[in-house]
Amino acid sequence: MSADMPLLSVRHLSTDFISADGTVAHALEDVSFDAYPGQTLGLVGESGCGKTTTMISLMRLLPAAGRITSGEVLFDGVDLLSISERQMRKYRWKEMAMVFQSAMNALNPVRTVGDQIAEAILLHDLMDRAAADQRVIGLLDLVGIAKSRKDQYPHQYSGGMRQRAMIAMALACQPRLLFADEPTTALDVMIQAQILELLRDIQQTMGLAIILVTHDLGVVAEICDSVVVMYGGKVAEYGSIDVVYNSPQHPYTQRLLEAFPDLNRPADVLASIPGYPPRLNALPPGCRFEPRCHMRIDVCAKATPKLIDVTPLDGRPPTADSGQRSTIHVAACHLCTGPEVKA
Amino acid sequence: MSERRTLLKRNLLNFWRTFRRNRMGRIGAVLLFTVLILSIGAPLLTPYQPTDTIRDANGRGMTFASPSEHGPLGTDDAGRDVWTQLLYGARISLTIGFVAGFMAMVIGSLLGILAGYFGGWIDSLLMRTTDVFLVIPDLPLMLILVATLRQLNTGFSPTVVLIVVIGVLYWTSTARLIRSQVLSIKERQFVARARAIGAGHSHIIRKHIIPQVMPLMVANTVLIISSAILTESGLSFLGLGDPTQPSWGTMLNFAFARSAVSNGAWWFFLPPGLAIVWVTLGCVLLGNVLEEIFNPRLTSHHLEGEQHMIARPDSPPLAEGIEGGA
Amino acid sequence: MNRRDYLLRKILLAIVTLAVVVTLDFFLFRVLPGDPIRAVIGRNVRISKETQDALRAQFGLDKPVFPDQFFATVGQWAQGNLGISWSLREPVGEILVAKLGNTLLLVTLGQVLSIVLGVALGLFAGWKRKSAIDVGALTFSLIAWATPTFWLGIILLAGGSTWLGLPTGGIVEPGNIGKPFLEVLPDVARHLILPTLTFTIVYLGEYMLIMRSSILEVLSEDYILTAKAKGMSHWQVLRRHALKNAMLPIVTLIALNLGFTVSGVIYIETVFSYDGLGKLFQTALDKQDFPLLQGAFLLLAVAVIVANMLADLLYTYLDPRVRQA
Repeated sequence: MSADMPLLSVRHLSTDFISADGTVAHALEDVSFDAYPGQTLGLVGESGCGKTTTMISLMRLLPAAGRITSGEVLFDGVDLLSISERQMRKYRWKEMAMVFQSAMNALNPVRTVGDQIAEAILLHDLMDRAAADQRVIGLLDLVGIAKSRKDQYPHQYSGGMRQRAMIAMALACQPRLLFADEPTTALDVMIQAQILELLRDIQQTMGLAIILVTHDLGVVAEICDSVVVMYGGKVAEYGSIDVVYNSPQHPYTQRLLEAFPDLNRPADVLASIPGYPPRLNALPPGCRFEPRCHMRIDVCAKATPKLIDVTPLDGRPPTADSGQRSTIHVAACHLCTGPEVKA
Repeated sequence: MSERRTLLKRNLLNFWRTFRRNRMGRIGAVLLFTVLILSIGAPLLTPYQPTDTIRDANGRGMTFASPSEHGPLGTDDAGRDVWTQLLYGARISLTIGFVAGFMAMVIGSLLGILAGYFGGWIDSLLMRTTDVFLVIPDLPLMLILVATLRQLNTGFSPTVVLIVVIGVLYWTSTARLIRSQVLSIKERQFVARARAIGAGHSHIIRKHIIPQVMPLMVANTVLIISSAILTESGLSFLGLGDPTQPSWGTMLNFAFARSAVSNGAWWFFLPPGLAIVWVTLGCVLLGNVLEEIFNPRLTSHHLEGEQHMIARPDSPPLAEGIEGGA
Repeated sequence: MNRRDYLLRKILLAIVTLAVVVTLDFFLFRVLPGDPIRAVIGRNVRISKETQDALRAQFGLDKPVFPDQFFATVGQWAQGNLGISWSLREPVGEILVAKLGNTLLLVTLGQVLSIVLGVALGLFAGWKRKSAIDVGALTFSLIAWATPTFWLGIILLAGGSTWLGLPTGGIVEPGNIGKPFLEVLPDVARHLILPTLTFTIVYLGEYMLIMRSSILEVLSEDYILTAKAKGMSHWQVLRRHALKNAMLPIVTLIALNLGFTVSGVIYIETVFSYDGLGKLFQTALDKQDFPLLQGAFLLLAVAVIVANMLADLLYTYLDPRVRQA
């Protein structure tokens, strides 16, 4: 398990949405980050900042109005945006799987849960029916669901159980990369903790790379190794969890961290960020955060900030030692000093 | 008072605006309008009466004369001009359709509003009744109703009987539609407010419910009218219309019974049916039903749009392997 | 609600509907002026007053209409005694049974064809929205809906007989009447072509539209995205997840349609002189043969009520969400 080569490399990904009347919303612009095996990357930001769109784009599951207009998605060296749909299907679920937000309908209500999990296994020709059934039981057990529930229907599961079932289903083909879209948002705190614990265990046993979309900074702090902070469809800041949380460079990240209540400092007033996120079909010419930024300067409204490398001077790229975290740190702000990120 | 007028005006304005934008609605209006004009202007468009016999140069009645022999639509088995019958028949068909449809709409709306607004046993009664009549096959029921009512010798013309039977049996769908609309209106803010200040039921119904339900009523009326016209044509075809006031359906009854088909007199059995299709299409288009189907609000489903997903400058649209394959 | 409650409600509805039908059927024909004795002995038979009175007593016609005569008649109906036809001078029940088979043949054939074609077309139209097939299918359905059934029959009859040499009416050629069914099967088949075609065209559009909107709705559900994310091709998604769910409304529609099917049957059989229940109804109407009308209406209504009930039963078995007690 080498930690020096990213499993997934996203470079300059841009996605547009074209509405019925022709207006274009630039949902993603120039998004870049890496995901490493055995590590968890958090994608955070406000609603509508592009976190889910990023994930959907990576698996090429955009709705009809979506267009990927530029960029590369290198999975194990292969650019997923240049292969055919038929080839892409071989990657789906087998190499990269997704746990959707626990919408009631993410599972087919008229088929049993066990059936739907087995379907994923059989689809990719991994084993025969009998063996698949066994594996289903094993997977359910892994996520803490009783064997007797295998032949029940989704509506017979509780919300937390459904979420765990979806995790089991996502792991059915032993993918190398797992996307998790707000896996704990709709659940209460106790279940939340269970699920996060589960994900962490699975990652350790399977060497899974996880990309976790959430708006909850606490969750990120708990299980992520690196984090991408997104705002208005762009990457505001990206780096390993230590450096970003300890010395956030982007004003937005700073405010986010301030806004997040810390149980150790209960007397503080809850800070919030005034204003609203930008409308993606009517973007301002300069930095997208500028209207709400507490540290803006003149140039911010005029020019879009480039991604600056603000890696601490003693940082080294990760080595072959397993578990070594990446110490990269970049931010897109005019106030940052450092070399521009090129590749 | 002025508040109601403003609300009404606003609803009408919205209606007009949607109407103007909707191309199919305009086409429907054109279709209906032409028929209306033609039927009203019948005396101007034909020198004959529907009962006149057309005679040839020797004074003999021209039976089943083709359009080339006597334009524009030839004659029937008794030598009467088909074009004339078509024009005057329009009046009958349209009248029956409009009156019956209107009747069904009024009864249905009234019952729907009452059931939706008051709820309780009135609502249950209405719903059960419509449930029952939904199951009973409508044509046989209408046929036996007409057959038995005509025996009563009440002195009403067959036309009136038709109107009454259609009107009385068609209210069910309107009632259900209006009822569910009223149910959703009832829950809205302004109704609760009105009740809080002590407004009486009839006041609320008149001033709040009815203006909101009006657009739906209007749209629904058009559709009911088209169904009424279709039904009337069927009943008349089966011989239940008034032979002295032939509608298009009655014309087709004559055509069929008097061997127009075996005589190849297409000018007799084709036009009345086409006319019915014309009018019905007009009503359906005008009724705005198809808007949802042809220009749906539904943006897309999950199996659409894959060809265009990757739109990088260098990539061609994906064609390979989208639908089939493993 | 659970299955048991659902079924109970449906059964109750069926019983109430049946009661309404029976009541209507009885009282409507009693409303007529004229002597009910005529219903028993026919119109043009002359009998003396004494015989009339005796008959009246014998048939209980001197008793009050409701409840005595009503329940007596209903009792008879339940036993299959539907009176004597005025025009055909035979028991109504026997006449109905004789014609039933022909109508069932036509209806089954026509419905199966319209369901199969309609569902297939609707599936394609919804899957490939805005394609030529979709637009064509929608236009076709629109025009089919606006076309009177009987007129469509007339057109097809005229065209089919003139250009394709198809028969102009009846079930078999006159020379083949009375022969065993299997022997004249090819002849029957030829005679069935046009009526079945008319039938199919009339109902095809409706099934197409329902299937189309059903598929559209299903394909917008989240679990379809999940299926796609698993790596399934379109066809696999359709087959494994979409089809079964999309077809549930079809079952309900078939039931709802039964009432309209009866209307269509009356028109089509009339136009094609097809010797079934529909044509019988029209003839009875024409000849003002009230016992026959009364009996035919009862049979048709009961058939539709029963079929609706069966469809409801079937639906509860198909949808597991309703299944849970």
